[in-house]
Amino acid sequence: MKPATIAAEPDFYHEKKGLPGIFGWIFSTDHKRIGILYLVTIISFFLVGTTIGVLMRLEMLNPENTIVTAQTYNTFFTLHGIIMIFLVLIPVFPAVFGNFFLPLMIGAKDVFFPRLNLLSWWLFIAGGTLALVSLFLPGGAPDTGWTFYVPYSIRSNTNIIPALMAAFILGFSSILTGLNFITTIHRMRAPGMSWFKMPLFAWSLYATGWVQVLATPVIGITLLLVTIERLFGVGIFDPTLGGDPVLYQHLFWMYSHPAVYIIILPAMGVVSDIIPVFARRTIFGYKFIAYSSIAIASVGSLVWAHHMFTVGMSNTGMFMFSLLTFLVAIPSAIKVFNWVATLYKGSIEPEVPLLFMLAFIVQFSIGGLTGLMLGALSVNIHVTDTYFVVGHFHYVMFGGTGFALFGALHYWFPKMFGRMYNKRPAFYGWLFMTVGFNVLYFPMLIMGYLGMPRRYYHYLPQYELLQRIATVGSWVMVIGILLLLANLIISLKRGKKAPANPWGGKTLEWSVSSPPPTENFHEIPVVSTGPYDYSEYERTVPEAK
Amino acid sequence: MFSGSSPFSDSVDTTFLAITAVSLVVFLGLVTAMVYFVMRYNRKKNPHPTNIEGHIPLELTWTIVPLVLFMGMFYMGWRGYLLEFDIPDHAVPIKVTAQMWKWTFEYPNGVQTDTLYVPMNTPIKCILHSVDVNHSFYIPSFRIKKDVIPNRENIMWFKTVRKAAYDIACAEYCGLNHSYMYTKVISLDSTGFDQWYRMISIQQSKPILPFISAVKQPD
Repeated sequence: MKPATIAAEPDFYHEKKGLPGIFGWIFSTDHKRIGILYLVTIISFFLVGTTIGVLMRLEMLNPENTIVTAQTYNTFFTLHGIIMIFLVLIPVFPAVFGNFFLPLMIGAKDVFFPRLNLLSWWLFIAGGTLALVSLFLPGGAPDTGWTFYVPYSIRSNTNIIPALMAAFILGFSSILTGLNFITTIHRMRAPGMSWFKMPLFAWSLYATGWVQVLATPVIGITLLLVTIERLFGVGIFDPTLGGDPVLYQHLFWMYSHPAVYIIILPAMGVVSDIIPVFARRTIFGYKFIAYSSIAIASVGSLVWAHHMFTVGMSNTGMFMFSLLTFLVAIPSAIKVFNWVATLYKGSIEPEVPLLFMLAFIVQFSIGGLTGLMLGALSVNIHVTDTYFVVGHFHYVMFGGTGFALFGALHYWFPKMFGRMYNKRPAFYGWLFMTVGFNVLYFPMLIMGYLGMPRRYYHYLPQYELLQRIATVGSWVMVIGILLLLANLIISLKRGKKAPANPWGGKTLEWSVSSPPPTENFHEIPVVSTGPYDYSEYERTVPEAK
Repeated sequence: MFSGSSPFSDSVDTTFLAITAVSLVVFLGLVTAMVYFVMRYNRKKNPHPTNIEGHIPLELTWTIVPLVLFMGMFYMGWRGYLLEFDIPDHAVPIKVTAQMWKWTFEYPNGVQTDTLYVPMNTPIKCILHSVDVNHSFYIPSFRIKKDVIPNRENIMWFKTVRKAAYDIACAEYCGLNHSYMYTKVISLDSTGFDQWYRMISIQQSKPILPFISAVKQPD
């Protein structure tokens, strides 16, 4: 362990040099302050998105009208999707934990482009604000679904253009973050930190960065074209003007499928970093996990049309996109096997962050295995656009990334805020959230196979029981989420003071005090060991390597 | 749940169940191992970990075995899809028009209905048109759907094997009453269908022609 920073040095919350008050935050170029800014804004959006989700489930309590009209329900699922995808899941890991921890993990004082980093937060705020404004302008909240499919998005009279522009601006925020991290990883690793001595979270951010930089421009230009089409009646996608609606779907998914990997890859990185700490042993198959991130990022860019198996594609297209979909499942499977193997012969302390990782493994596996069912062409044609798909992607997006978010929040809470959280409420929060999650989403898989289409305000009476079970699940899950967040907020003030390294982590962020000082490292560390070197805990030295 | 009500439903259900079976074995193995490790190697029982950095044969095993299994799943899905793609030559065309928010079916002699009546054991070729936005023609019991997209003629075929009624739903979000775009496909035996077809043709003053005009089904 390297020596901690000098005790007298103030942490980044008490930096005296910057602007006073709130301006010291919103104009700060310190990666840690920007990370906290993102955390506060993204958690706020998460709560808005969750509230809408709970209201949707409440509406589904009865086959006909329960609390809202069909039009309101349609705006609900649109907003739930836009908020959760563009404002929560895509930015959360790179922008919050990447910003805060990437420089610390690789032994740097900041990211490579600190001012660009601040700009990307401002763009995020601009995009988020515009998304919220689109709800309240005359015309009404957008009702197209988060996918903005043409021609409906050309015909709808709701506020489509502000919502499209919001996603457009958010895209730039994402591109700048990706660009920044790629450069930071290439240029700013501490002396001795070779590529294969990097923590796996840094590896996953590197793979994610490339997807952000290469794929996001596609959605930017596509949404811009829809806007131009709406404003000026230029025929690009609109069939009444000679355009092609299927072209829109190709362009949309050319980004939005890789976006799924922007969402899941860094979460996988977090899992790879947290498991060794609580198992107190090195990660199993480091290089396989690192390379599988790169494999997912590259093959994942070539599978987009598996969202479109029913549009009437050529057989060559059907064949290739299905085959590639099965191939991209392999690196994900490799990761899961390596995580479980990392528990083998460890010395395991099942603290709350680890429990979230275990829930991640179980739920991500269900998400992945249902993905195999969706990858098979004939099955896909039956279950696409049904609740099966809704269940599947919530298992990956929420059961995976969402649970990794809560795990990461608990794991790094002591480092970010200098306080420990209260463990008992955190455990019960985890329990409620996990049980509620599965009661909520598993019935959706069954309903989907039975033929319940998605985005349905009204449903046939045979689905009533399963719909109601899912709604009850949403209540249990929300109790868990609220318990977890309330516990963390209370712990901000009342929690015990956190030591520099409460979990015994070996990555560099644990070598500085909690919270870290403004400049991170008093002296740039020199790295000589890997990120998961737990050999000190072994009673005997293992056989010579 | 598994009714075998179209030429594809057995294939789709078999593929689904095969993937589910493999998935269950892998999933249960994985979860069992995970839970066992967490209990067996708990810090109280096992205070000293062993640092195992990896195992190449094991890595290769869990790369190659899934690859083989996945290729099998891919192949099953592909074969099932080809059944849906290969439209029999003697399939009778029915024009299906989707609009916000209803379906219209037009028979070869010009008869129009809002419920799809078909004779059993006769391949039907639905020629899909949309007059406004994207829809998707979905018959859950038959395990098939096809998107209905303006300016594009998609085709979906099926055949019924028993006298029954099945739901037709719209599976592509199309606005306010998307979830009310339900109708039915009603499968009749050949005498029942002929009677209905004759009656509806007279009602709508359309020529009384045999429904299966192209090729007579071998009995």
